[in-house]
Amino acid sequence: MSGIGKTSRIKSLWVTYYVTGCGGIELLPVITSRFDAERFGIITSATPRQSDVLVVSGFLTTKTLRRIIRTYEQMPDPKYVVALGACTINGGIYWDSYSTADKLELYIPVDVYIAGCMPRPESIFMGFAHLMAMIKGDKADGWKRYHENYKWYKKNQDKALGNSKKWRVRDV
Amino acid sequence: MTWAILMPFILMFAGLLYMGFARKIHARIQKRYGPPFYQNIYDVIKLFSKREAAFHGGMFHFGPVLSLTGIIMALMFLPVGGKPLFSFQGDLFVLLYLAVIAPWGMALGAGNAENPLASVGIARALTLMLGYEIPFFIGIIPIVVRTHTTQIVEIIQLQQINGWNVILFPISALASIIALHAMLGNKPFDQPIAPHEIASGPLVEYGGKYLGILQLYQAGAILLSTGIYVDLFFGGASNVWMFFLKTFLIYFVLLLIGEVLPRFRIGDALKFFWKWPLGIALLGLLVAVLGGVR
Repeated sequence: MSGIGKTSRIKSLWVTYYVTGCGGIELLPVITSRFDAERFGIITSATPRQSDVLVVSGFLTTKTLRRIIRTYEQMPDPKYVVALGACTINGGIYWDSYSTADKLELYIPVDVYIAGCMPRPESIFMGFAHLMAMIKGDKADGWKRYHENYKWYKKNQDKALGNSKKWRVRDV
Repeated sequence: MTWAILMPFILMFAGLLYMGFARKIHARIQKRYGPPFYQNIYDVIKLFSKREAAFHGGMFHFGPVLSLTGIIMALMFLPVGGKPLFSFQGDLFVLLYLAVIAPWGMALGAGNAENPLASVGIARALTLMLGYEIPFFIGIIPIVVRTHTTQIVEIIQLQQINGWNVILFPISALASIIALHAMLGNKPFDQPIAPHEIASGPLVEYGGKYLGILQLYQAGAILLSTGIYVDLFFGGASNVWMFFLKTFLIYFVLLLIGEVLPRFRIGDALKFFWKWPLGIALLGLLVAVLGGVR
């Protein structure tokens, strides 16, 4: 993929914001008049079926993790994941909680981390600029890694969430 | 001839630019900078480069294709500053008939989407169609009655002699422009794809190529509905640029009206359509018939 196709992928990122943890309040200025992400082609998509980027924000409980995996698997390829905040990197301040999953990258492949607790809107834009540069250099290949290493991801998911037959619709 | 064949695709491309311009205006009203006006072209190319993840049976995949086919067929009958590809006595009715095929395609596809939001959206879209089509059709009957022709090119030529139909039939033009406002899916009548209520309605399960096809369909539908209105009421156009100027002006004015209005509930929208535009259209028909008896 090169030329106008790649440019279009860079310039038109439709985002599903998964903000059950925290940080939703930081994302509102990003998509509204204060910072206006739409000038870079970044808009909020209505459903995961239409989106390219999954933004996972804040801590992951075992309950939300199931929905995140379902959401991620519903998105059409190529798809990218942006993990927002310290909790998605190593658990953050909830690192020893009984109900949270610490590392997001064990369950779905993450392309860009945005560190901070919480990151400011400016750093979210830095993260998206980084993602655009990665797409340009063909380095945002998380969706390929998910297909190649699906057994490993599935093993981690089952370990964290228990019997997969109860919640998994189908294998990817 | 070559241009007449290419014209539906040029119109769809122009429709994408119109939609991009609408996004820009939307952003400026909200004190944002907004995307570039060619953003929708990027979006469509990106959507066509994606893989499809969902499978919901044959009709789910055939529906968008039927929509796009319907809109391309309808655009072949639309005079764009000259003779269209097909032009014969009665093509006005053929055009109006073909313009309904495209929403049917979307209804068939979205009805198979196995998602309640898609069913709700398509039910709203068809209910709204029931509302705006009747005033629109009654609004254009006076033109046919007065001019004794159902060929769009002849209607345009007669307007260049007798003056624009918007001056001859102002009441019918008013009823039709309210219906046109709903055809474009502008704000008080955007219940079918209301993103905050039903997550973009019929499009909810569509992603990737199918969403790209439906965006092209939407772009064509903008030019089709504004184009019919310009050809019937605003004297058509002597060349392509004049056509684009007139359609864009109408699109722009209706966009500005739509931007400041909230959304009707679907029942209220139907009530509104069967009360005001239908009443105005019937009044216009009455005035035209009484005035036409000479």
